[in-house]
Amino acid sequence: MLIKGGHVIDPSARIDALMDVLLRDGVVAEVALPNKIRGADDNFDAHGLIVAPGFIDLHVHLREPGQSYKETIRSGTAAAAAGGFTSVCTMPNTAPVVDNAEWVTWLRNPERGAVVNLFPIAAATLNSRGAALTDFAALQRAGAVAVTDDGKPILEDEIMRAALRLGAQLNLPVVQHAEDTRLTENASMHEGPTSFRLGLRGISTAAEANIVERDVTLAQQIRESRLHVAHLSTSDALKAVRRGKRAKARVTCEVTPHHFTLLDEDVGEYNTNFKMNPPLRSATDREAILVALADGTVDAIATDHAPHATHEKEIEFERAAFGITGLETAVALAITKLHREHKIPLARIVELFTAGPARVFDLRGRGSLARGDHADVTIFDPQKRWRFEAGKSRSLSHNTPFDGWQLTGKVVATIVGGKMLHRAD
Amino acid sequence: MNKPARGSLLGIEHLEEKEILGLLRLARGMNPLKARPLLRNQRIALLFYEASTRTRSSFEVAAKSMGAITVLVLSSGSSIEKGESLLDTGYTLRAVGADLIVIRHPSAGAPLMMAQHLDIPVINAGDGMHEHPSQALLDAFTILKHKKSFQGLRVAIIGDLYHSRVARSACHLLSKVGVKVTLCGPPELVPEFATTLAPGLSITRHIEEALRGADVIMLLRVQQERLAGKKIHLQDYMARYQMTTGRLKLAKRDAIVMHPGPIIRGLELTSEVVDGPQSVIVDEVRNGVPTRMAILARALGKAN
Repeated sequence: MLIKGGHVIDPSARIDALMDVLLRDGVVAEVALPNKIRGADDNFDAHGLIVAPGFIDLHVHLREPGQSYKETIRSGTAAAAAGGFTSVCTMPNTAPVVDNAEWVTWLRNPERGAVVNLFPIAAATLNSRGAALTDFAALQRAGAVAVTDDGKPILEDEIMRAALRLGAQLNLPVVQHAEDTRLTENASMHEGPTSFRLGLRGISTAAEANIVERDVTLAQQIRESRLHVAHLSTSDALKAVRRGKRAKARVTCEVTPHHFTLLDEDVGEYNTNFKMNPPLRSATDREAILVALADGTVDAIATDHAPHATHEKEIEFERAAFGITGLETAVALAITKLHREHKIPLARIVELFTAGPARVFDLRGRGSLARGDHADVTIFDPQKRWRFEAGKSRSLSHNTPFDGWQLTGKVVATIVGGKMLHRAD
Repeated sequence: MNKPARGSLLGIEHLEEKEILGLLRLARGMNPLKARPLLRNQRIALLFYEASTRTRSSFEVAAKSMGAITVLVLSSGSSIEKGESLLDTGYTLRAVGADLIVIRHPSAGAPLMMAQHLDIPVINAGDGMHEHPSQALLDAFTILKHKKSFQGLRVAIIGDLYHSRVARSACHLLSKVGVKVTLCGPPELVPEFATTLAPGLSITRHIEEALRGADVIMLLRVQQERLAGKKIHLQDYMARYQMTTGRLKLAKRDAIVMHPGPIIRGLELTSEVVDGPQSVIVDEVRNGVPTRMAILARALGKAN
């Protein structure tokens, strides 16, 4: 396939120009100045569009094994493709928890029906209980790209230390859901004026920042360890990440679109489509996140796509499940909010979806369009205005705060391994 | 989802001053002992997911004095124990013929959710830590009986604000009628951002400052488990914030002492204060009945 006339943005190669891209046999064959490549059978007209390496989402919950009533690998990856993602990293907090090599292998089996590349993240501790490490080496051999107890923190100092040490030996990142759960019992949103007015117990910024501070200190102490902070949401946690990066520790972090778009006050009158963990935060936190997205402190945008069934969300706020979907709105929110509103260059945004995430989990040959790289391509129209309708989502679940939102920036085509997977009309 | 039915009372936060004053006027005209049967043939469901003595019994007496049929549904002994959802319970009560539901629930926002899915008025009898509008109204009723007007009044609210739906509703109400409120307690229980709740609120950590020149002192329940949970030493708390007859002297001579109950004698206040001449605690309970009669009559459109 020859992708002609598009504006190629490949941050890893510092390409930001009109180029043609030739894909052949599942890999990138050539990227050249316009009209230089000849003789392709299949042409895709990319005039007026951005052509980028296939986007990577480091943090999705596809709910298999065991929770397929709210999402399956098939439906979740279809949503990913519709959202412009060619690779997703799945979280292990399923039923059962993915804490052994057999389950990692099961997830990667093509019989699961994944339509995009699927990279499992396995549990860091047995059953994610936080008490005993899993067999990182076996999990890595089976294909896990990182370990985490996501949904829960690795709380005990000794366990986190051991995890980072073992991760260092294997060059395997440890992903931390940073929440001091001793401080957040029965809490359901950010601790602040809004939670106070609504009479809800709050999740303080300290509950996140304390853990990140401790983790960064450990990462600095343990040579070659790799710490990735999941769904970072507070200004104070960003300070700790900056400290770690300055000290040359291998600390990375991701931010979700809802954290750079929304605030705690958007919970409104107990709307559970605005309930997630970590929660929507204050204006100060959002501002710090926007600065960090622009200046490189944030390595990746990741959705934390967390589908839930109606009966799990349409209940009392305090009892409702934490989480919202995000695969089909991420790119548009990045373009609408980060690029058009906050003037972050498109190249930086593409980096946050490609080279950044690829680097975090060493996804070789992904997140870039160098010759020989996988033929994963995301093509989008940065000017297209459209309305997101939750009812039309490919996900089995529709728990999103963005239903009906007018957005700018639409994915036009998603190509995985050289095959056109998704094409917008 | 729909807009809550007219007549619903979900909280004080979204009421206007004139609605509050209207309800208080209506309450003044209610006589529990010689009530007009304004609610004859009306069916009122009392849905209580939490324990209650005062609120439940006064809603029941209020409803019955006006001729209504009442049905009491407690979570224990009902299908709620079998896992039936809040909304399904609401639909069931509606199907059985309820014209109005009074609900007390441990989750903030539960009455609103119910009101958004039913076509009958919903009255909030306390939702988690959020609001307790009928309590705020009966307290306002009590204040007016003793002070004649809200003008220029100074009110001190002392205790565990963080966990108190009574305090939140009281702050909204007093703010709307133009009263200056001083909140008093330790930072863990009275956080700085509490002042953002409504206009006219200020905070002091010193009980003496809160009491000086106060016309009304509202004491809040303090639960030992909650103090422990926030790492507050009980003896310390009592030394700094317990209401005593000595401290009461700092307030105006005719200051009244209020408490929504249940009181724990010796914790947030001494027995002497409870039983002293300035305490209007029992009065509050008594005033709960005409106040709730007014709330129910207005809810069912029977207020003349």
